[in-house]
Amino acid sequence: MAIHEKSLIRPENIQTHDELIIDGIDVSGDWSTFIHTRVVSDYNEDMQDEIEALPGGEFIHRCWQCGSCTNSCTVNAENPDFNPRYWIYLIRMGMEEELLRDKDIIWQCVSCNKCTSACPRDVVPEGVMKATAHWMELKGHTPKSESHIFDEIFTHQVIKYGKIEDSEVLRDHMKQTGRPLMQDWFVQMVKNMMKGLPVMQLMRMGWATVFHPKTKGWASASAAIAEHIAEEREIERKALGITKREPDVNQLDAAE
Amino acid sequence: MTVIIDKTDLKKKYKKVGYYPGCALEGSAIPYDKSTRAIGKALGLELVDVTDWNCCGAMEVKNIDPQVETYLSSRVLSNAQHKDKMDVVMAPCNGCYKNLKQAEHELGHNQKSRDVVSKISAKAGHEAYESGNVETIHALDWIKMGYGEDELRKKIKGGLKGLKIANYYGCMYTRPRNIFPEKAPGAGGDDLIKPHYMDDLLAVAGAENVEFPLKTACCGGAHTLSDRDMSTKLVLNILEAAEAAGAEVIATECPTCHSGLEMHQIRALKRLSKKTNVKVIYFTQLLGMAMGLSPRKVGLNGNISDSRGLMKEKGIV
Repeated sequence: MAIHEKSLIRPENIQTHDELIIDGIDVSGDWSTFIHTRVVSDYNEDMQDEIEALPGGEFIHRCWQCGSCTNSCTVNAENPDFNPRYWIYLIRMGMEEELLRDKDIIWQCVSCNKCTSACPRDVVPEGVMKATAHWMELKGHTPKSESHIFDEIFTHQVIKYGKIEDSEVLRDHMKQTGRPLMQDWFVQMVKNMMKGLPVMQLMRMGWATVFHPKTKGWASASAAIAEHIAEEREIERKALGITKREPDVNQLDAAE
Repeated sequence: MTVIIDKTDLKKKYKKVGYYPGCALEGSAIPYDKSTRAIGKALGLELVDVTDWNCCGAMEVKNIDPQVETYLSSRVLSNAQHKDKMDVVMAPCNGCYKNLKQAEHELGHNQKSRDVVSKISAKAGHEAYESGNVETIHALDWIKMGYGEDELRKKIKGGLKGLKIANYYGCMYTRPRNIFPEKAPGAGGDDLIKPHYMDDLLAVAGAENVEFPLKTACCGGAHTLSDRDMSTKLVLNILEAAEAAGAEVIATECPTCHSGLEMHQIRALKRLSKKTNVKVIYFTQLLGMAMGLSPRKVGLNGNISDSRGLMKEKGIV
């Protein structure tokens, strides 16, 4: 059975009659199990090209479906529905509808790169997962994931200052995802650290929250990076046929 | 490309190296920075901070733009080479270490990366880094190869007294494999599948290393905030496996792993009512204490996982 045909045996595609007699023969229950035929005609022929045009998706065409990625996957071990090999197959076939069934979990790739190390074809499945999650968002299939929000906050700080400050990333992320900062586990972490009275450490951390750490002589690099990202975004938008403009990380400064 | 490491030469080469602490070691991982500098001083290994270094982009910037991530690391390497005249940079953070290695690989193999790096470097007003000029090493290489186990043995005062340790290397010390040519089979570096440099050093320091199957498992660090429940599950696997293997301590060599283990150990207790007692300590802190440095000198009191009681109980400090 081809990998995508597992959709045929989903409960909604299987018909069974509890009581059925045909030509005098009792075929009740499992004897009358019938799989609905399914004709696939809505292939999205652009999907692979579009995902390939996004960062990380470049090498998806190399895949020969050995399954090493799924076999080594950290997230798959916790959730069997997280299946990189299957998704790469669907993307290459253009089976968008099937792919969209899993749209809400694709972003969960933890970037451990076990798949990248296991892959005999250098597909970089980790990058493909990121590109696919990004594609879902750009096409409006999913809202921006918490992970993407985190990436943007982080990148924004790097571009602006050259360095990040841990607690600011934490605070911004909690704020933008609408969660209170003072969660029980967070309070406990702070308490544990205070217990050891690391005076100098607390002073350094406190100082950094007030005066964000900066890289000396960063301004010109910052401008050059922002310019480059804006150019790349424009190329991506063209590749995906998107005319609507989303605010970029490098444009967030203006909004502040 | 096979890289054969000339081990005799490394003691001279790593005696004085560029030091790239990275953002975490100035924030959540101050104890790692403190203990790394302390053992460098105690062993007579000189660290020269890379001039005006910037963030490597960690695991985040690449998802926005991979070429920018390459540029960020290339700027650090360029500063080390041109401003500090260094041919080796040591990064204790796995994220920084992996990204510098990745940039080295990208610039050696990918024309687009070279083009973007030279374009941004020109606009930023510094020399573009070209691959092959600076060697990136981890704090583990620095001590194991730059100082050596036999010499280290002479520096151990008191030692770790049979403390049972699970050595945890995380993801970015060995993956993705293609950026670590020196770890390829037969190349002479650490092992990609079953790394052992940290085990070796802590064994010299008098620890009893337990057989730990999750040395290179993932702690979910990239999603430690954005996919919290997954991270808690992954960390709990690691903590429970270490305890099942008989470990009293998990030794770490990555600030993301370290703070992930500390944070989700607490979160597992609060959310899943799963209590684990294993302590989380940077390997540099353990080495420092084995060499007779005080717990404060290696920042043990700044860890969230409080191991001071255990260290006293074991007679280590």
